[in-house]
Amino acid sequence: MALQSLDIIRRSATTTPPPGVRQTEKLAKLIDISKCIGCKACQVACMEWNDTRDAIGHNHGVLDDPMDLTENSWTVMRYSEVETDRGLEWLIRKDGCMHCADPGCLKACPAPGAIVQYSNGIVDFHEENCIGCGYCITGCPFNIPRLSKKDSKVYKCTLCADRVAVGLEPACVKTCPTGAIVFGTKEKMIQHAEERLVDLKERGYAHAGLYNPKGVGGTHVMYVLPHADAPSLYHGLPDEPKIDFWVAFWKGAAKPIGNWLLGLVAFAAFLHYITVGPNEADEANDKEPEHAGGKP
Amino acid sequence: MTNHWVDIKNANVIIVMGGNAAEAHPCGFKWVTEAKAHNQAKFIVIDPRFTRSASVADLYAPLRTGTDIAFLGGVINYLLSHDKIQHEYVKAYTNASFIVADGYKFGEGLFSGYDEATRTYDRSSWAYEIGPDGYAKIDETMQNRRCVLQLLKSHYSRYTPETVSGICGTPKETFLKVCELIATTSVPNRTLTFMYALGWTQHSVGSQMIRTAAMVQLLLGNVGMAGGGVNALRGHSNIQGLTDLGLLSDLLPGYLTLPRENETDYQAYIAKRALKPLRPGQMSYWQNYGKFHVSLMKAWYGANATTGNNWCYDWLPKLDKVYDVLQVFELMAQGKLNGYVCQGFNPLGSIPNKAKLIKAMSQLKYLVVIDPLATETSCFWENHGDYNDVDPAKIATEVIRLPSTCFAEENGSLTNSGRWLQWHYKGAPPPGDAKPDADIIAGIFLKLRELYRKEGGAFPDPILNLTWDYAIPHAPAPEELAREYNGKALADLTDPKDPTKVLMKRGQLLDGFAQLRDDGSTSCGCWLYSGAWTEKGNMMARRDNYDPSGLGSTLNWAFAWPANRRVLYNRASCDLQGRPWDPNRKLVYWDGIKWTGADVPDFKPDSAPAEGMSPFIMQPEGVGRLFALDKMAEGPFPEHYEPFETPIATNPLHPRVISNPAARVFRDDLAAFGTSKEYPYAATTYRVTEHFHFWTKHTLLSSILQPEQFVEIGEELAKEKGIRAGDLVKVWSKRGFIKAKAVVTKRIKPLKVNGTTVYHVGIPIHWGFKGIARDGYLANTLTPFVGDANTQTPEFKSFLVNIEKA
Amino acid sequence: MDITRRQFAKICAAGLGSSSLAALGFSPDPVLAEVREFKLTGATETRNTCPYCSVSCGLIMHSLGDRAKNAEESIFHIEGDPDHPVNRGTLCPKGAGLVDFIHSPNRLRYPEYRAPGSSAWKRISWDEAFTKVARLMKDDRDKNFVAKNAAGATVNRWLTTGFLAASASSNESGHITHKVIRNLGILGFDNQARV
Repeated sequence: MALQSLDIIRRSATTTPPPGVRQTEKLAKLIDISKCIGCKACQVACMEWNDTRDAIGHNHGVLDDPMDLTENSWTVMRYSEVETDRGLEWLIRKDGCMHCADPGCLKACPAPGAIVQYSNGIVDFHEENCIGCGYCITGCPFNIPRLSKKDSKVYKCTLCADRVAVGLEPACVKTCPTGAIVFGTKEKMIQHAEERLVDLKERGYAHAGLYNPKGVGGTHVMYVLPHADAPSLYHGLPDEPKIDFWVAFWKGAAKPIGNWLLGLVAFAAFLHYITVGPNEADEANDKEPEHAGGKP
Repeated sequence: MTNHWVDIKNANVIIVMGGNAAEAHPCGFKWVTEAKAHNQAKFIVIDPRFTRSASVADLYAPLRTGTDIAFLGGVINYLLSHDKIQHEYVKAYTNASFIVADGYKFGEGLFSGYDEATRTYDRSSWAYEIGPDGYAKIDETMQNRRCVLQLLKSHYSRYTPETVSGICGTPKETFLKVCELIATTSVPNRTLTFMYALGWTQHSVGSQMIRTAAMVQLLLGNVGMAGGGVNALRGHSNIQGLTDLGLLSDLLPGYLTLPRENETDYQAYIAKRALKPLRPGQMSYWQNYGKFHVSLMKAWYGANATTGNNWCYDWLPKLDKVYDVLQVFELMAQGKLNGYVCQGFNPLGSIPNKAKLIKAMSQLKYLVVIDPLATETSCFWENHGDYNDVDPAKIATEVIRLPSTCFAEENGSLTNSGRWLQWHYKGAPPPGDAKPDADIIAGIFLKLRELYRKEGGAFPDPILNLTWDYAIPHAPAPEELAREYNGKALADLTDPKDPTKVLMKRGQLLDGFAQLRDDGSTSCGCWLYSGAWTEKGNMMARRDNYDPSGLGSTLNWAFAWPANRRVLYNRASCDLQGRPWDPNRKLVYWDGIKWTGADVPDFKPDSAPAEGMSPFIMQPEGVGRLFALDKMAEGPFPEHYEPFETPIATNPLHPRVISNPAARVFRDDLAAFGTSKEYPYAATTYRVTEHFHFWTKHTLLSSILQPEQFVEIGEELAKEKGIRAGDLVKVWSKRGFIKAKAVVTKRIKPLKVNGTTVYHVGIPIHWGFKGIARDGYLANTLTPFVGDANTQTPEFKSFLVNIEKA
Repeated sequence: MDITRRQFAKICAAGLGSSSLAALGFSPDPVLAEVREFKLTGATETRNTCPYCSVSCGLIMHSLGDRAKNAEESIFHIEGDPDHPVNRGTLCPKGAGLVDFIHSPNRLRYPEYRAPGSSAWKRISWDEAFTKVARLMKDDRDKNFVAKNAAGATVNRWLTTGFLAASASSNESGHITHKVIRNLGILGFDNQARV
């Protein structure tokens, strides 16, 4: 199961096609909200395994803590007290990277090799290549990656790629006391979800369903939602997540044009160089505030 | 637990009440989610707060804190009046048919025999009618108006749904829904399990709350069944073990009891405890008491214990009263204690009324603290501003603090709530010079013994003669200690039926307590744990998780007391003929020759059903007790009494007897109870899932999850008091105040009780003035110094406070 | 079409940034991206039991070194024991963080003494500690031991010193504690069963 370069199917800011012969099985994590008790064991197991520790913060009048994802907390529980036709429901959702099949972060990332997607579906950040621009954050439809102020790198859940690579389940999956988080091939996880939906429907959750949103090509982290008709009940889980239009546009339809234009610019520059000679450095221009897209 | 954690998956209906398993026992709680997912179980949570357990429940019923007996009494009334009981079981396996003696009475909130001056009962009238043959009388038709079933019906007929709702604040429809679900398990092949913890024990009527649940289970025929029982989830990792080993004021190991000072005669001491059968053909297992006791004395005193000196009976301290922790701190506050030793226990955090504790501890001459962590108790003399406002210069107590190892740094066994003794191994050396607890106790003991040898002193006999044959005297190995409590043969043990046959050779480790003798030929440090380390080796370290029946009876995983049995009273899972009530959940059965099955039968293995031995072999009458005889301090039937600090200032059932009439209240503490006029809100303390007691505030990962002290209030109360989520609030009781952040929630609703509205204030306990989480106030600054009348467990769950924005 | 500032950033990010260098053929470093090395390879595993609640989950503790004489063991990771019938590999938030309990900065390391009225701890040796404790206990016991009660019955009890036992320590330590404490005559003896 080791994930070598050959198992990488996509790499940020890279046009050369990855080696494509080896195909590992598509894996997925399934989070069954109907079994989740919000104990935060997954938060601890995540920090413990990945050797991060968040700050000791404050209480903010709710049970959530840490209050948001950070470069140290790659997953957090989000609690919503909701009155539904069943009375009071305490909806608790483990938030973290969804490992989209069509990852907005990877598409938006300008740093070659900072974000990769393995053939098993894991979307992983390689911080040594990260340039700290934060585009992955804007590219993510779920608002997951977090920029560290300490090292200007972006961090998020790796789906414990290091554990998965040696045939183990992610740390959060293993620790989950009630079996609300399960892990396996994506096919098995969909099957597992279907079993759960039968149980939930018998218990009166008519709209129970699997959250595996098409807008991002499906995800390798899926939810069983008792109220799948309203994902946003679960602390604002996007009802219909999709990659931002502009990210999709540039990476999709416009990309060949862009490349062609860039090539043209390069060719023009070359002509300019052989006909006019090199540019002199222009100090004033160098000091201009950096264009958002100019960092690379 | 009568059953065990994995067994919960076999239940059809699960009730979490008086506990919050999802938060406090998450990994055991998986068997609830498993029962829901694969046994179509219905899950009910009954709690003042909509807890994390409730978040995955099929049905949540709110109730006012401290009113569980009213609720469950209402359930009993429902089951009896709707004829939803397991008739055959109730008739044969409970004392429903037993006739109660004439003197027993109940009226106006009091049972017969009450003495107001001493706040105690003369319990002699709470008894069976005994026939001329010496046996209890029964009426098989159960029509006799003095039989237990009829008395039970009449006692709980007052607990109508309207009354229950009026006392508990539970909406009547919700209460009835709970009753209907419970009633579905009165058929032989469906079971209900109760899961409870400190939410029941920590009341002035805690023991009776648990009894009420046990009575419900007996009526439904759910005791002894897979997926049934009454399951104490318990607290610390080895609280079950420490209780089994008798580390309590009035106990000896294995629930043997220490003599009272008037028990001067050894034979009478044994005879009183070796109970004779109260019905023909019953086992009455405590008849073996003498064997357990003598073997214990042989383990402690070796050759010094002889039949001539009554096995050193005089060496045992004799009780004038029970010195539970509340009694001890009361004496300490009166200046009557000089020394105190706290081994892995942080009483300043864990005992009620911190101001009283500080006053008490400041009067000690010396305090010894043995702990892996820097606890508040060891630092009670340190000034930490508002959190601990003391002047060290004025505290003359000498404090010696001794560092002990933690779990990861030692070998040994812990007993879980399912009664499994599981062995663990050292993984690393401790920090600094920390030592295992056993070595520290040995170190103190050996010094003391040396001093007594040199100087003499008060009654040195048990100190000088205590068995101490460990290979390294100052560091007894856990393996040696385990063999000591398992027991061994001190002489060749021969078969009583055939004296030429040697069953055990001298020096051999015993297979179990059945081999114990009362003639001094066996030694055993805790009869209940006999079988844990036999000639076959360490049974507690077994790791075969094979589960052939699928019921979770992994008989080769670790060792369960007693005798490796996984479900207590499992004989009751079969009908009178020895056939399982539920053929799909066969724990044990009679195979025509013997009792056998997936579990170790809790029964005489060769007693054929026709012999008429009843399943509850520890009881002299052989059956489960709906009527508790004289075993409970406040009456043979549980009755609803209000918490000592009640928000409604009355008891709707009997306004003249409001709170537990048999609970012990010290004079100064009576004055420290608040009234609902000054302190209008019902408060309850509890744990949250992120923390473990006062330990994990020393742990970075846990402190990150809940860094700062908070209290929880409902939106309605918050609105009334102008408190917003995240505000700092002050909460105070008659005993002191704390300040904490306010969590404002929909999960704590106001309840309509007895015509008024009762608000709850929820107070998690985990913060203090030592630790790496943010400093906070010990929650027990607020709690009242009164305990359950039987166990003296403090009433942490129900008291009164006031609250305002700080 | 309105373009907000955020969207503009996205356009630039998506368009210029990532298409630029790579598209021009300055490409990828050799694709060597590998996952983090699996951190438990070679660690020593020890079976244990969670010391917190009474579910008593099975643990596997991972420590540095292979128990060779020259390697100092230190536990750096703990996870659930998958063979354990109850927890089946899971751990709750408390148990999952046990490694930080073992290494808490507030672990006690040495015997310490606080003198009457003092505001500070003083480090002492084990021998000093045991001697001090034994002396204090013996003096109190000898002075206040009750051999007989008012009625003349032998009671052999010592009421002026009490003992609270650890409810998270092992059965073996509970067994030896009971044996010692009861035989000193102490009745003010309790454990955490009540609280």
